[in-house]
Amino acid sequence: MLNPIRKVIPIQAVDELGTSLYAATPKIYPRSVQGRFAHWRWVLVWLTQLVFYGLPWLEWGQRQAVLFDLGARRFYVFGLVLYPQDLIYLTALLVISALSLFLFTAVAGRLWCGYACPQTVYSEIFMWIERKIEGDRSARMRLDAGEFNLERLVKKWCKHILWLVLAMWTGFTFVGYFTPIKFLGLEFLQTRMTSWEVFWVFFYGFATYGNAGFMREQVCKYMCPYARFQSAMFDADTLIVTYDVKRGEPRGRHTKMAVELRSTGDCIDCSLCVQVCPTGIDIRQGLQYECIGCGACADVCDTVMDKVGSSRGLVRYATQNAIQKGWGSAQIWRRVLRWRVGIYTGVLLALVIGLGVSLALRSPFRVDIVRDRTTLSRITEYGTLQNVYRLQIMNATEHSSDYQVSVRGLYGIELRDKDPIHVEAAQARWVVVHVDVPYGSGETGSHKIWFDIDDPHNGTKVVEASVFLIPR
Amino acid sequence: MSDFVHSFWSHYIAWITLAGILACVVLLWLTSRKKLAGSADNTTGHVWDEDLREMNNPLPLWWVGMFVITIVFALFYLILYPGLGSSEGSLSWTSEKQYQQEVDQANADVAPLYARFDAMAAEQVALDPKARHIGEHLFLNNCAQCHASDARGTKGFPNLTDGDWLYGGSPEQIRTSITQGRQGHMPPMAAAVGAPDDVKNLAHHVLSLSGSPHDSLRAALGKGKFGACAACHGADAKGNQALGAPNLTDKVWLHGWGEEAIVAMVTQGKLNQMPAQEGRLTPSQIHVLSAYVWGLSQPATQKP
Repeated sequence: MLNPIRKVIPIQAVDELGTSLYAATPKIYPRSVQGRFAHWRWVLVWLTQLVFYGLPWLEWGQRQAVLFDLGARRFYVFGLVLYPQDLIYLTALLVISALSLFLFTAVAGRLWCGYACPQTVYSEIFMWIERKIEGDRSARMRLDAGEFNLERLVKKWCKHILWLVLAMWTGFTFVGYFTPIKFLGLEFLQTRMTSWEVFWVFFYGFATYGNAGFMREQVCKYMCPYARFQSAMFDADTLIVTYDVKRGEPRGRHTKMAVELRSTGDCIDCSLCVQVCPTGIDIRQGLQYECIGCGACADVCDTVMDKVGSSRGLVRYATQNAIQKGWGSAQIWRRVLRWRVGIYTGVLLALVIGLGVSLALRSPFRVDIVRDRTTLSRITEYGTLQNVYRLQIMNATEHSSDYQVSVRGLYGIELRDKDPIHVEAAQARWVVVHVDVPYGSGETGSHKIWFDIDDPHNGTKVVEASVFLIPR
Repeated sequence: MSDFVHSFWSHYIAWITLAGILACVVLLWLTSRKKLAGSADNTTGHVWDEDLREMNNPLPLWWVGMFVITIVFALFYLILYPGLGSSEGSLSWTSEKQYQQEVDQANADVAPLYARFDAMAAEQVALDPKARHIGEHLFLNNCAQCHASDARGTKGFPNLTDGDWLYGGSPEQIRTSITQGRQGHMPPMAAAVGAPDDVKNLAHHVLSLSGSPHDSLRAALGKGKFGACAACHGADAKGNQALGAPNLTDKVWLHGWGEEAIVAMVTQGKLNQMPAQEGRLTPSQIHVLSAYVWGLSQPATQKP
């Protein structure tokens, strides 16, 4: 029992296998870590989770501020009322998200993975609960290796109950984006949630519980597609967590000797960097695909370096070029300005501006015009030629409106139905309208005409094209 | 399922499917027993692009568990659902049944909405704003394809707003038209009328009945020939709603106006059909829809 911890450093266990095609994955017991990067991770945990758990509770006028009403096919985002026809905005948002990831990754590696990804964030919260109940790494390992007793039973039960409560709350919050969350809470209290609501709460709750409690680094290593393809965005100037081999090697325990006379490098081989690693790798072996760039090893190494009196940064964020050529941070910063980064930034900026402008200029209502296909054209009792159209007016505002429709494009063309069309807030309505032209106002065939739809409420106007058929 | 001409094909597919699943099991079993000779650096020895090496990392065991789950899932699926050749599966599930279930469910969901109207007379339903709203939607989805969105029809498809009815305009008669459909049949009558010139004369007589422009000489000559038409259209030419024979004395010309159109109708006849909606719509829906259609020609309901 001299040093039980060192015997089970997982990476070595994996290395020694390699004879079988399948292997049980050793459980990883990450040691808790304090430091700059851990601090930033907690800042992002708070930030992302305050938004996620808090947003559904915000009110906007008479409704939930952010609500995706799939049943009614209306999507409310603060002042915006979106229709399924506005899918392009979701597309733009996803493209922007993807490009932001490209940009962050090109500049600073797996920044998203290490700090903001839900997998990391929830694992961090779950590990915090685990630590509060079972203790830190060595205590947890002892608990798992020890005999099955009451203490272990109580601790495990407490942990799983807390995990499940948090996981179910997460599932509940998620469903709260699709069903008004206050109503959902009321339904829960009265035990009359619908079966689908229960299903999805449990589905997302179970996914949170499983991924953050058990799967953890396995998700990053074997499931996450982004983790795999982001290596395509890496280059020699991308910030990665690196071990400064020149400074560290040969590693070994420091003797009480002056630095100049020591035969060993700065690394004292304390193995703390391996113990804190959430994916169980040894960063000193260089960049590995398992590394999620969380900087835990850099944090812990800094505290060790402080203790032994060496300068910080034996394990640090640096680029491949910087480590090989011994660059300082100024040179690393200079290399941020490179083509790849410039192009990502440019495309990203263009898209963000495009989305912003498009949203700002978005018409508060939409119109769809469908010409009746059965009645090509008919002669009315007034001696005019008539075509029939169906107008769908989609009101994307929070107030009802009376839309004024007019038509142009042919000589003497006239809309027979002159009454304004009343559409309730956030509703769509189909109305049938008749368009007449005097006999002989155009040649036989199809003529392009335009409907002008005015919303007097806010002075906006939508122009929609259609055709008028004049028969032989 | 009768998709196969011979039961051989059903067995052929079933056995290939089962053999495929079995092959997956065998593959998993064989690979789990296989041991690779471990190399010192834990690589397979393959090198690409000078320094790209393939690591020999074992798959995690939970992945094997997932693989087993998919196999078990496949077997259960094939037991429960159709998939093994022409096997129906123990649930005898079909997409058609599921569709019918969903339709029944949807009808049951809206039943309370219609319950109020079921108890009301059609004349009252026609005045109810909510029923009219529902009726409008039913009309646009089910009737507008032929009768046009504004119900004014087009050539061959009657105008439902003008108060002129082939089979009667009471809500009850409209309901029958919608439920059972209608078969309008004008037989070719040229042989009974006489020579082509007689038909032309008859056409002018028919035009004269509604005061439409006509050749009065020909009309007078054709008058005697109307006997052939009177059996259905009546001696006064006012039509017969029991047969769906149109009134010839008004200005409604469903299949076209003028000498040419009438001559064509008398010579060739016409078969016109309104399809039955029974089975497509529920009785409650037809009740609301017939009230709505009846209301279209009632001035009292057309004021908002």
